[in-house]
Amino acid sequence: MISKHTTDKLAKAWLWMSAILIILILLSVLGYIFVMGIGAMSVSFLLDMPKNNWREGGIFPAILGSLIVVVVAISFAGPVGVGTAVYLTEFQKEGNVSRIIRISSDALNAVPSIVFGLFGLSLFVFYLKDYTGGPSLLSAGLTLGFMVLPTIIRTSEVAMRSVPYAERMESYGLGASKLQTIRNIVLPGAVPGIATGLILSIGRAVGETAPIIFMVALNPTIPESLFGSGNTLTTQLYYLAMEGISLKVAFGTALTLMLIILILNAITRVFKKRLSRNLRRG
Amino acid sequence: MKLFDPEKGVATVLMVFSITSILILSLIMLFILDGGLPLFNKVGITDFLFGDKWIPAKGLFGASQFIIAALLVTFGSVLIAVPLGISCAIFLAEIAPLWAKRIVRPAIELLAGIPSIIYGVFALVVIVNLVKISFSLASGETILAASMVLAIMILPIIISISQDAIESVPRLYKEGSYALGATDWQTIYRVIVPAAGPGIIAGVILAMGRAIGETMAVVLVIGNVERMPTSLVSPGETLTSAILLEMGEAVVQSVHYNALFCLGIVPFVLVLVLSVLSSKLITKSKARFA
Repeated sequence: MISKHTTDKLAKAWLWMSAILIILILLSVLGYIFVMGIGAMSVSFLLDMPKNNWREGGIFPAILGSLIVVVVAISFAGPVGVGTAVYLTEFQKEGNVSRIIRISSDALNAVPSIVFGLFGLSLFVFYLKDYTGGPSLLSAGLTLGFMVLPTIIRTSEVAMRSVPYAERMESYGLGASKLQTIRNIVLPGAVPGIATGLILSIGRAVGETAPIIFMVALNPTIPESLFGSGNTLTTQLYYLAMEGISLKVAFGTALTLMLIILILNAITRVFKKRLSRNLRRG
Repeated sequence: MKLFDPEKGVATVLMVFSITSILILSLIMLFILDGGLPLFNKVGITDFLFGDKWIPAKGLFGASQFIIAALLVTFGSVLIAVPLGISCAIFLAEIAPLWAKRIVRPAIELLAGIPSIIYGVFALVVIVNLVKISFSLASGETILAASMVLAIMILPIIISISQDAIESVPRLYKEGSYALGATDWQTIYRVIVPAAGPGIIAGVILAMGRAIGETMAVVLVIGNVERMPTSLVSPGETLTSAILLEMGEAVVQSVHYNALFCLGIVPFVLVLVLSVLSSKLITKSKARFA
């Protein structure tokens, strides 16, 4: 019979293996995209217009399109999400209203991305066509904004709750009003957490494909306005890979997207370090 | 007396902001039902759920093959991800030295942040070929390939929720076990894992929801054949991938369009049920040690 100490060693070896395996999976995904994409990557790839049905040239319109939809999404979800968090932490702490808001926000977070796509299609592209320009960058951006809203609410709420109660009391003790306390104590203290949430949401918005796939057009042109049609990195990548148009450009696009995600991830880590310092201080 | 109280003004504005998420959720339900339900004027609900012929041109909308494929892909991915994910969660919570945690935690966060389309493109070449060679198939675009890529994508959810659950097991439990002469491993699988059980199951359930709802990574590797899948190494088409592929050709408000919205209702409802179940379990498992 194997002794319990041998079993213990074997089990621990497996636990170590599992963690190593996960690191290896991550490295193989990153490494593979890097190796396959680096051949296409250059400054002109990022800044040129596509040529010959995306087989040559660059991916500038898609980069610009991604940037625009993300700006639209965050311009909507940022204020609304942070505002909701302020309301939930400072005005309406408990009670039925805040419970329903939390449940809706959690449910919204669980909605599959393709369902957001169907919703965006029927709301923005058909019902509100006259206001959004139908399948436009505005429609795509707003759909993504709806999708990242729960993330912003949750991270901002956590950030505001982490501001010590005592600091709020000190502020009131000095005669500050509720609004002054929120502006001078709660919001500044929550900034690293809110920023982390916003960057997380930018990462999600820039990487999503399914919610906006019905609202983009595969035009190799610069988007004219918010109400005009456009393309993003993700949707272009989908078409290139699915139709097998050019794997080289597809992997170049994938690498571009991945580098954006890596940079955003690095920024989040800086904010998180600050956040944990704040918590220790508090 | 002040005519305008700025605090009340701000409170009202913030309340409007807060109601936005309720409004969006309600609108989503409304629009998805509005898009989907007209189907049942033409096709019976049982024909939709259990029929296995999906031929839009002939007015046949049996979605069972998509439902079966989605369930197979989901269970496959959970089967692959659960052993690995829970082991890694135990590793992080119980035995990892600080330096190892500092490497593995960020790696898992990054894994969670990689867009699904990137996983799709990776799997399209790497996993598909792996499956093709391992099973000597004509094409590796199969249910199994989709399960494998989904397994990678749901690992972070399983790991982070299981780790939370394991770490919330009180020290007393562990100390009691050690005092009886148990080894680390005996303590882990006889005491800690059972105590953290509901939390771990909550993570797995949430991961299932994520897998059912995933579209982009699946559509690139599953082969997209509208046929009832016969095995894990046969191609298929899931609910989400069918919507993605067919929406372009469906005429607005046609029966086909309605049917595609109905395909969306199925994962929507499943995912909502699973996420409610999961958060109930998490609350329950937290209450156990409180």
